[in-house]
Amino acid sequence: MSTPIVPNFDDEASSGRKLAIICSKGNLDMAYPGLILANAALGEGVETHLFFTFWGFDMIAKKRMNDLKFSPTGNTAMHMPVGDIRVPQALAPMPGMQAVATKMLKKQIADLGVPEVPDFLDQIVGAGGHLWGCRMSADMNKFTEADLRDDVEGIISASDFIEITDGAQLLFI
Amino acid sequence: MPVTTIAGHEVHVDAEGFLTDPAEWNHDLAAELAAAIGIELTAEHWKVLEFLRKDFATQGETATTRRVQTVGGFATKDQFALFPKKPAKKMAYIAGLPKPRGCV
Repeated sequence: MSTPIVPNFDDEASSGRKLAIICSKGNLDMAYPGLILANAALGEGVETHLFFTFWGFDMIAKKRMNDLKFSPTGNTAMHMPVGDIRVPQALAPMPGMQAVATKMLKKQIADLGVPEVPDFLDQIVGAGGHLWGCRMSADMNKFTEADLRDDVEGIISASDFIEITDGAQLLFI
Repeated sequence: MPVTTIAGHEVHVDAEGFLTDPAEWNHDLAAELAAAIGIELTAEHWKVLEFLRKDFATQGETATTRRVQTVGGFATKDQFALFPKKPAKKMAYIAGLPKPRGCV
């Protein structure tokens, strides 16, 4: 009798794979790539760390994380929902455009069943992900641990980050 | 489509080993599939598996981790505790369903 075909979920070979994602952007659209990849990595059993720096700090700051915005300004890749025409940059800074664009983006994301940033981070932490804040960004914003999500493991310096990510694959967003 | 035998049950599987015909699944087979990947099913496991089967029947596709949490009511942490390291794939396999396709 031949061996049955059973999926290999690689449990024995604890691959030791580690992924570190640096989230440096605070616009709503750019919050997602890091989250999606972190979630996917965790779902594959990869130890995953997210490091929030610069504008990405807004993703974990309690006062800002529910309020991320998106604007077509400087983003020539934004297209109208109908006709696939690019949003003209001259229109982008007009009053109201940011709100419209943010609302549209949120709806598109929600329609896919993808959660908002704070809920998504809840899921990532639930799946074992580690969240870290950047020391310099904290200092710049004059924030302390109390201003961040409770599940952020710490505010660390660049050298701490380099230590933690020894052997890890790095992704800068 | 390869056919393989798991503890006496003959089932159709894809190249990876996931069952291709949800109708070939039953409770006994589930226990064997779990054993094949090193998991012993408890009542908690069964609740998740039953949700997955029911949801597949109405949705036509396997629930993702997020859906198992928001619709099924099983916290992400618990899913990882029951089906370590690769919960989405493992629970789909044991439930005799295809791997979930969604990203979240």
